[in-house]
Amino acid sequence: MKRIILFFLLFFFNVKILYALIEVDITRGNLDPLPIAISPLHVDIKSVEYEGLKVKQLGSDISSIIEKNFKNTGLFNPLKKEAFVQKPDIAHLKPRFEDWRLIKAQALVTGKLLVKDGKLKVEFRLWDLTAAKEMTALAFTTTPSNWRRVAHIISDKIYERLTGEEGYFDTRIIYVSESGPKSERVKKLAIMDQDGANTKYLTLGNELVLTPRFNPTNQMVTYLSYFRNMPRVYLLDIETGMQEVVGNFPGMTFAPRFSPDGKKIIMSFAEEGNSDIYTMDLETRVVERITNHSSIDTSPSFSPDGKYIAFNSDRSGLQQLYVMRSDGSNVKRITFGKGIYGTPVWSPRGDLIAFTKMRKGRFYIGVMRTDGSGERLLTENFYQEAPSWSPNGRVLVFYRETKAGSKGEGFSASLWSIDITGYNERKLSTKTDASDPSWSSLLSK
Amino acid sequence: MTLNTNLKNILLVIFATLILSACSTGKKSKLEGDVYTGKETVKYLASGVPDRVFFATNKSSLTTASRATLRKQATFLRKNKKLNVTIEGHADERGTREYNLALGERRANAARDYLMTYGISGKRISVISYGKEKPVNPASSPLAWSQNRRSVTVKVN
Repeated sequence: MKRIILFFLLFFFNVKILYALIEVDITRGNLDPLPIAISPLHVDIKSVEYEGLKVKQLGSDISSIIEKNFKNTGLFNPLKKEAFVQKPDIAHLKPRFEDWRLIKAQALVTGKLLVKDGKLKVEFRLWDLTAAKEMTALAFTTTPSNWRRVAHIISDKIYERLTGEEGYFDTRIIYVSESGPKSERVKKLAIMDQDGANTKYLTLGNELVLTPRFNPTNQMVTYLSYFRNMPRVYLLDIETGMQEVVGNFPGMTFAPRFSPDGKKIIMSFAEEGNSDIYTMDLETRVVERITNHSSIDTSPSFSPDGKYIAFNSDRSGLQQLYVMRSDGSNVKRITFGKGIYGTPVWSPRGDLIAFTKMRKGRFYIGVMRTDGSGERLLTENFYQEAPSWSPNGRVLVFYRETKAGSKGEGFSASLWSIDITGYNERKLSTKTDASDPSWSSLLSK
Repeated sequence: MTLNTNLKNILLVIFATLILSACSTGKKSKLEGDVYTGKETVKYLASGVPDRVFFATNKSSLTTASRATLRKQATFLRKNKKLNVTIEGHADERGTREYNLALGERRANAARDYLMTYGISGKRISVISYGKEKPVNPASSPLAWSQNRRSVTVKVN
């Protein structure tokens, strides 16, 4: 894959602290989303054509992406452009605050761009309409083909300024693309931008692939492949396409994940009917056995400080969640509720563990504190599992399968997201059926 | 007294109906507990030698019927000394993908271990787990799930 190079010449103006009147509370479900006006970016008339790019439309295309990002958060209500009261270039210089307030907007985004000498120069401003003040402004330069990322980076900056939390728009999701009848599914690794754009397939579908996961520190991926009909954990560099098998295990390795520093892979190794948890250091290739128990130990996930590991085990009879120190000591069971539990995933903020729960034939995605207390079930369905966190720990993406008829008809698999508040459940648009999503960290971080 | 006798009679009738209905569903669904006992999806390694055994939900223990099937496989393998097999372990779709991979591996090994106790060398038997990835019956029903919870012995040469 083509290496994405992004040059940012960032310079903030107006760095002084502003005491804004508007703020968005994202710690609870927001039933009253903030009305925000996102003006099309003004395209400078000095702009010149650039290979295959509709430069004249670029301003409104970028603002449409920002608008869609904000709509999808459920926290904001982007207002219809027909109601806008000022031309983009004039609003960007200084909005007539009272006019924008008339259409009930509380925040306004303006901007302008210039495409010249093979470069895209963009600047934007975020205005607090209630306080009649500029809240933040940013300008940067990149290659014009990166225009979608520009829209996501602007979205992140605005989100950060309005919520006080890091954004998650300049990110990608890797997943398994599915096609074909249920009993003969063809599965390929696929990657797309968080908003569903730029889908690319990373494998051809010749062998079964499952459970891709991003390295939180770079664009490496680990996943399970049945290459040569030997299920093994692989490492894939999505920029170069280089692949390698992880470790030299004499049997199935599966359920891989990276450590938070990206230097180790933690996974299960199955031998003689027993699955235990192992780590492998990617640099030294040293393999360590972490659990040694006759039960199934799988789905390991590190805490963000690397000190603990959550996993699921059926050592009590049925699948339950456990937490241990990263050397395998001090194993503690954390789930005692009714039902069985799987796929614990530690939040990047460190405060919560997301999981799948199965009870009375229904599947739930939920979150709990890392000691197992405060369980909250966010969504219930016929079948859903495998939550993955947005990099700011506010949203979960997971997959859902529908009930099939007697010949397998009516079966589908799709990606969904939900806020950890339990609000804003939403189907993600993917080109094909999809499962096993993993959310990348911020690309521009 | 009459009231009591009447009540007793009613209860008896209800009880009998329950037993009868339980019997009839048991016959129809080809399930013992939730282990599949039918032959619909079964193939044969040779005449009279079924290729697969079935498991209860989340379990990898072998039923009496499964043991009988595996003893037939062992006899067949003893007669065909040059034949090697792979045992494929499978799970139904009602579990998490990763746990099901482990469960399939445990089921395949349960079958392999049993063949080995009947004198078949472990070197002749490889195992692979497909978890929930290769259902033999694509329906989402208790019957389909019971047919999918299986280990299948496949000739490799």
